[in-house]
Amino acid sequence: MRPIDTIEGKAYPLGRPNIDTDVIIAAHHLKTITREGLGRFAFETIRAEPGNVLDDPAYAGAPILIAGDNYGCGSSREHAAWAMADMGLRAVIAPSFSDIHAGNAFKNGILTVVLPQAQVDRLLEVAKEFPIAIDLESQTVTTPYQDRFRFEIDPFRKECLLKGLDEIGITLAMDDAITAHEAKMRVETPWVEGAARAA
Amino acid sequence: MTSANAPRTLYQKIWDAHVVQQRDDGTALLYIDRHLVHEVTSPQAFDGLAATGRTVRRPDLTLAVPDHNIPTTARADAVGHRLPIADPQSAAQLDALRRNAPAFGIELIDDLAAEQGIVHVVGPEQGFTLPGTTVVCGDSHTASHGALGALGFGIGTSEVEHVLATQTLLLKRSKSLEVRVDGQLGPGVTPKDVALAIVARLTAAGGAGYVAEYTGSVFRAMSIEGRLTVCNMSIEAGARAGLVAPDDSTFAYLEGRPRSPKGADWDRAVAYWRTLASDPGAVYDKTVVIDAATIAPLVTWGTSPDDVVAITGIVPDPAAFDDPARRAAAEKSLTYMGLIAGQRMQDVAVDRIFIGSCTNSRIEDLRAAAAVARGRHVASGVKQALVVPGSGLVKRQAEAEGLDRIFIEAGFEWREPGCSMCLAMNPDKVPAGERCASTSNRNFVGRQGPGSRTHLLSPAMAAAAAVTGRLTDVREFA
Repeated sequence: MRPIDTIEGKAYPLGRPNIDTDVIIAAHHLKTITREGLGRFAFETIRAEPGNVLDDPAYAGAPILIAGDNYGCGSSREHAAWAMADMGLRAVIAPSFSDIHAGNAFKNGILTVVLPQAQVDRLLEVAKEFPIAIDLESQTVTTPYQDRFRFEIDPFRKECLLKGLDEIGITLAMDDAITAHEAKMRVETPWVEGAARAA
Repeated sequence: MTSANAPRTLYQKIWDAHVVQQRDDGTALLYIDRHLVHEVTSPQAFDGLAATGRTVRRPDLTLAVPDHNIPTTARADAVGHRLPIADPQSAAQLDALRRNAPAFGIELIDDLAAEQGIVHVVGPEQGFTLPGTTVVCGDSHTASHGALGALGFGIGTSEVEHVLATQTLLLKRSKSLEVRVDGQLGPGVTPKDVALAIVARLTAAGGAGYVAEYTGSVFRAMSIEGRLTVCNMSIEAGARAGLVAPDDSTFAYLEGRPRSPKGADWDRAVAYWRTLASDPGAVYDKTVVIDAATIAPLVTWGTSPDDVVAITGIVPDPAAFDDPARRAAAEKSLTYMGLIAGQRMQDVAVDRIFIGSCTNSRIEDLRAAAAVARGRHVASGVKQALVVPGSGLVKRQAEAEGLDRIFIEAGFEWREPGCSMCLAMNPDKVPAGERCASTSNRNFVGRQGPGSRTHLLSPAMAAAAAVTGRLTDVREFA
C-alpha cells in the first residue's frame, strides 16, 4: 500500500446521499479476476447523466470526491474501491460512510474523511472553483479561503496509511496469540472446529 | 470498560469470546470461526496469497460455494456432464474458484452438487453457521447468519485474503443497537415486511457503525427462516450485522444438520448457546421500538431500500422532503422508476417477477408464494415470472411438496439455485425500463440490470403481483 501524507487537488463536488457500491461499480463489471482497469467503468450511471461533474473537464483527474451521507452503502464489493483507486481517487469526503466500504477504501489507500454536513456543504461550494487539501498527519481539511476542518480517524488506520503498512504482515506477527486462542477454543468450544466439515 | 460481571449484550458476549488480542489503538484482533467463500470476491484474495507465498491457515473452517455468476437454467446434460457457460468472464470466475479451492485445501460445494446454493442459504442449512460463532464472507448479506445467533458480517476482498491467511480480522467493536418489535403482526404481514419496516424506520444510513440485535415478541415467535430474512436486510439499514438470540427454535432448526455438533458435543454446545442471550439490564447504545400492529404489507417505490410505503399507499411527493439533498434524490428516483407522485402503488403494472435471493428463497418463502399462486395464473402482461430456490436442497424439498408443479402450472419458471435476478451477474436480468416485483434486497439504480426498475416486497406479494400483473395487496387473496 502506498503511504498517504497529504492529498491536494481538485475535488469532484458530487454531493448526493446514498451513493451505493452498485453505482460506484455495477455488478456486470465484477466478473474480473484481477484488481486493475476498473476505473473506466466507475460511476457509470452517474456518468450517463448529461452535465455530470465526474466528466466535467474542470475536475479531470481530481484526487478527491465529495459526497453526501452513507457513501458506499450496499454491497461489500471491494471492486468499488479498486475502481475508485484506478480512476485516481485518493480521498472521499462525506458526512458518513458505510462501514464495509470505508474498510475497503482504507485497504486500498483511499482516505475516507468524515465531516459534518455543514462543512461538507461548504467544501462542495469551494470545490467548484478551488483545490482542497487534506493533511492526514494533522487530520485537517483546508481550503484557499482559510477553512480548516479537523476530522477524526481511527489511530490504527492512520498509522497504516501514513506508513503504507501491510496489514496481513502485522497480523501474522501475532501468530502466537492466534495459536493460543485456537488452543483455548479446542477446550472451551470444541464443537466449533470439530463440526465444520460434514460428518 | 465494563467490569467482569456487568450485564452484557449478545453482541458483546460473542465479541469478547473471540478477541485474540486487544490492541492499545482500540482495535482488536478477532478470531473468525467460519469463512464462506464465493467466486466473485475471492479470486484476487487467492492471487494475493499466491503472490506472497502465504497459505490458508484454517481450510477446515472455510467453505466455498459458487452462487453469483451461475446460470439458473439446467447445468448438466442428460448424462450429468456440465453444460458450458456462455459468458466467458463468468466461466473464468467459476473456474478460478474450482481451481483455487482444492489448491488451498478448501472444501468446494460445486454447481452440480445437490447442496449447492446461495452461500447465505447453504451456511445455515448445512449447520456450518452455529450460534455464538463469528461468520464472514465477501458479501454484505453475511448479516443473514445473525438469525442463528452468530456474528455474521460482510467483508471486502482484502479482508477475505486476511482471513484466509490468518483466520482473524483487525476490527473495532461496533456500537450496539436494539431493534425491538413487540405485538402481533397483522394478516399478510411477513418477515420481509418487518425487515422493510425496520429499514424504513432506521433509514439506509441509520444503522452505520452499529450491530443490530432484534428483540421482542415478534422475533421470539418468528421462524428461523423469517429471522434469516430480517437479519439479511440489516445491511440495508447500514448495520454490518444483525443478531437474534438463539433459543429453542434455533436449536430445533440446527439439530441433525450435516455440520451441526453431534452427541455429547451437541449437548455441550446447546448448554453454551443458552448463555448467549443478552443479560437482563444489558445496555444498548441505541434502542428503536416498533409496534408490530403498525406494520402493513410493504413495497418500495424508489431506488434506496428505505424508500418504503404500504401497498395501500401512494408514491410520495418529493416536495414533501425537508432536506434538499433527499428531495433531489427522490426526484431522481421517481424519474428513474417512471413513477408519478401521488400515484397509487396498487396501480403500478409490473413486467417481471423474481422470487428468490438470499433474502427470500427458503422453503417457507416458496410455500408462501405457492399458496397465492395455487390454482391461479401469471397475468398475460407479465413477461417473466421466476422462482429460484436458494439451494439444491430447498429445491428438492419444494419438489417433494409439489410446489414446483403449482408454480409451473401457474406459469412461473422453476429454476436451479443461485443469486439469479437479484444482481445482474448471471443471465437473469431485468431489461432497461422494465419493472420487476422482486423478493430480493436492493432496489438500487441498475441493480437487476442497467435501467432496471425494482420494487422490493415479500414472496406472497410477489406471487400476488404475478397473478394480477400489478403491485397488489396480498390481503385480497386471503
